[in-house]
Amino acid sequence: MPLLELREVTVRFGGHVAVDQVDLTVEPGTITGLIGPNGAGKTTAFNVITGLQSTTSGRVLLDDHDITRLRAHKRAQRGVGRTFQRLEVFGSLTARENVLVAAELRHRWGRRIAPTEATVALLALAGLVEPGSPPEAVAAVSPAQEADALVSFVGVAGVADTRADELPTGQARLVELGRALATRPRLLLLDEPASGQDEGETEAFAQLLSRLAGAGMGILLVEHDVPLVMRLCSTVYVLDFGSILAVGTPNEIQSNQAVLDAYLGAEPVTSDIALDSAGGGS
Amino acid sequence: MSDLFRFLVIFGLQSAAIYAVAASGLVVTYTTSGIFNFAHGAIGMIAAFTYWELSQNRGWPALVALAVVLLIEAPLIGWILDRVLMRRLTGASTITTIVVTIGLLVALVQLAAIIWPQGTTTRVLPEFFSGSSIKMVGVNVSYHSLIVLACAIGVAVGLRVVLYGSRLGVAMRAVVDDRNLGGLNGVDPDRVSSAAWMLGCMLAALAGVLIAPILPQFTPVALTLLVISAYAAAMVGRLRSLPLTFVGALLLGEFENLLNFIDTKRLGGDAVADLARNLQASAPVILLFVVLICLPEDRTSLGANRVRNLIPRPSLRTVTIAVAAYVAVAFVVAQSGLVSDNTVRELGKGVALGVVMLSLVLLTGYAGQVSLAQLGFAGIGAVVVWKLGPVVGLVGGVLVAAGVGALVALPALKMRGLYLALTTMAFALLLEKNVYGDNAVFSQLKPFAIGNSSAERPPGLGGDTAFFVTMAVAFGLVALLLTVIRNGSFGRRLQAMKDSPAACSTLGLSLSATKLQVFALSAAIAGLGGGLFAMWKGSSVGRNDFSLLEGALPGLPLVLVAVVLGITSVFGAMFGSVAFVMMPVLGGWFSSVRSAMNLLPGLAGVGLAQNPDGVVSQVAGAVGGNGHEDTEPAGPPPLEPEHMGAGRPFTDDDLARLDDELGLSWGRCDAVARTP
Repeated sequence: MPLLELREVTVRFGGHVAVDQVDLTVEPGTITGLIGPNGAGKTTAFNVITGLQSTTSGRVLLDDHDITRLRAHKRAQRGVGRTFQRLEVFGSLTARENVLVAAELRHRWGRRIAPTEATVALLALAGLVEPGSPPEAVAAVSPAQEADALVSFVGVAGVADTRADELPTGQARLVELGRALATRPRLLLLDEPASGQDEGETEAFAQLLSRLAGAGMGILLVEHDVPLVMRLCSTVYVLDFGSILAVGTPNEIQSNQAVLDAYLGAEPVTSDIALDSAGGGS
Repeated sequence: MSDLFRFLVIFGLQSAAIYAVAASGLVVTYTTSGIFNFAHGAIGMIAAFTYWELSQNRGWPALVALAVVLLIEAPLIGWILDRVLMRRLTGASTITTIVVTIGLLVALVQLAAIIWPQGTTTRVLPEFFSGSSIKMVGVNVSYHSLIVLACAIGVAVGLRVVLYGSRLGVAMRAVVDDRNLGGLNGVDPDRVSSAAWMLGCMLAALAGVLIAPILPQFTPVALTLLVISAYAAAMVGRLRSLPLTFVGALLLGEFENLLNFIDTKRLGGDAVADLARNLQASAPVILLFVVLICLPEDRTSLGANRVRNLIPRPSLRTVTIAVAAYVAVAFVVAQSGLVSDNTVRELGKGVALGVVMLSLVLLTGYAGQVSLAQLGFAGIGAVVVWKLGPVVGLVGGVLVAAGVGALVALPALKMRGLYLALTTMAFALLLEKNVYGDNAVFSQLKPFAIGNSSAERPPGLGGDTAFFVTMAVAFGLVALLLTVIRNGSFGRRLQAMKDSPAACSTLGLSLSATKLQVFALSAAIAGLGGGLFAMWKGSSVGRNDFSLLEGALPGLPLVLVAVVLGITSVFGAMFGSVAFVMMPVLGGWFSSVRSAMNLLPGLAGVGLAQNPDGVVSQVAGAVGGNGHEDTEPAGPPPLEPEHMGAGRPFTDDDLARLDDELGLSWGRCDAVARTP
């Protein structure tokens, strides 16, 4: 059973179709890539999945349950977490407090949600519980402990007490990741997480993502760093002008003629659909 | 039949036409600048009074006076407003734009009171062609009514032509979204902004001049509050669509006059007639609430708050020391006889109103929501204390205020912050007019309406000194409570919600529930302040103590002073409340500065365009060496350029998209005029 499924999702802004009849699936424990030029509808798709944007038509399913009409915070409570392309950190809080707010919130709404093996695996990654602990061990973790552990896990412990709006973009993105992880998501949506990161940071980040997927999390990754996407993802979707141009394994995508013509070709066809260089995100 | 014609066709359409003119001005400025002009009615008021001055007081011919007001004064006001204020507010937070335009409203009302003092003469503005009428369907229809109708039709046609037929109009609709983007297409955003404000002020002036002769009272406040009716009408079109705004105006005008038409007295006697009169007076508020309930939920907008504010977070220890010092000073002031009894009386009001300001620290400072009804909620506390006695009343007042606050906020919570501010202002007006005002629905509240009710103090605290210190202690306890909230998990949550509502909702936070909690708590604190105020004043407590714009210490200036002196920490309320009550006292001591003192809150609000976080935090920041603010434009992310045609002319598609998403709309996209 897929974790997330979009069925013929369409979003219209007046005469402009931002997302056109998109079908998309994310399996648990895998990283799925979503690539395409600026304005192809990637962020809109994320907003649809997380409930910040309503669909014009089509359905969004989580574990085969229809969540199309569910409000954003209800979806988060069902295990959908995300980061943002344009940063949405809580600027006047410190990096640690950003994560703490999320941990406290989860603690409030998640009281009656029984921890699963995936939760244990996630907390074990962060060093909070022993790997393979019984789910009951999770109950002993306080929001403050969880925040501290996640801050270290994503690698921002050094700036934990710095206001988030004073952090460079790369680190602020990691704070957003830590914040999303504090809700213990089963599905994680990452919107251009590597932009603003240098090579070393990107490498560390890639390993982090692999470990999260290894812990059973389903990850949907929007990223302009195409080599990174091709390396990490098991399935890649190519979005162009709102519709799916191609789906397949990284190898299939890299040899797909339509994709090469429209997008991956060494020479951009026109400046309008030029591929942003990694790190040059808006 | 002739009654039907008179009330529903003539009077109904006449009211509708004036609301339509006023509301369309509001929509034009809001859609082009993103700033909701609370002072829209006040500008119409200034125009109507200028017209009175020229045509009645100085005897100019009506047409000349009208031309001067509509074609010179109003555009000039608009041009100056745009140059001096509105352009600086590009990208400012919603709170800042609200406070600045409310500051303008208060300043204009005070200015009118200085130029045209009330109470000395009764001013009357005659209708156009006063006395002339023609007979239609057996009813005498005044020329004035016909002129009003003609004006509304003229405005509708004129706006259609300007916005859809001219390049300037197309540019006005383009600039709504993004000034710079419009600039790429050869649009001069400054010119467009000037044009929009000039047009908006002309429409405000026209509405003011048309409505002044048919209002029961020709006073600055009555005309200024026209903005509420205009807002209610514009809400039908979500402050964006002009045709729906006209529909809203029609609904409002007809609703008011329908209640005139039905002979309510014959139907159910005096009680029903009273009720009908109240309904009529609150027609805009009723329409507003109905529309808010019917409107779909606002999309949680992305775009974190990017105005980098200094957020003071004093520790519990610091606040405890400050509160102890505050109580000690209160004791000395009340006991020592250093200040006159009269001044102590005013300072005591300041302590009670300080509690009301603390309610704003929680709501606005911590949670980023704006309420203009806090003094109204304080009035609820006072009413309950008056009715139920000191102890039960104080507890009851706090609870009732919390409940009412939650009910008022409920329909507006799903909308953006601006709507909450507007709704609370409308509600404050409803309270003032109908619950404990001139038309008091409940006759038992009449003594309160005329300022004739009294409140007892709790046993053992009857003395002035004892009660003064008690109030200071109450203020201190609330300040400590807020500090605990601030430094705890709830405070963090509020701060996060203020910074990025969208991110909060993706973390599983219900924005509506959180806003409701904080709004109810804040109304409760205001209710406590009102109860204390009533007990401190003791006698002649009433509506005038809790009014939006009237009385010695009105609600809108209170909000302004609270925000300007620093809404983000409890210290702002400490200083703000004293400053607020001392301004009229100073005016009393030195009559030469009385006018200046009255103008001060309004001007301070306007000055906030420079300093969005208030004076106290600014000073604190300067001391800490981190006082400057780094402002990045807030607001929605710009449209992605490949779809907006950077460097190429607008296509039909762009216009349709602008129309639908952002701009003024005339209903369907295909009604858009094509640019050549």
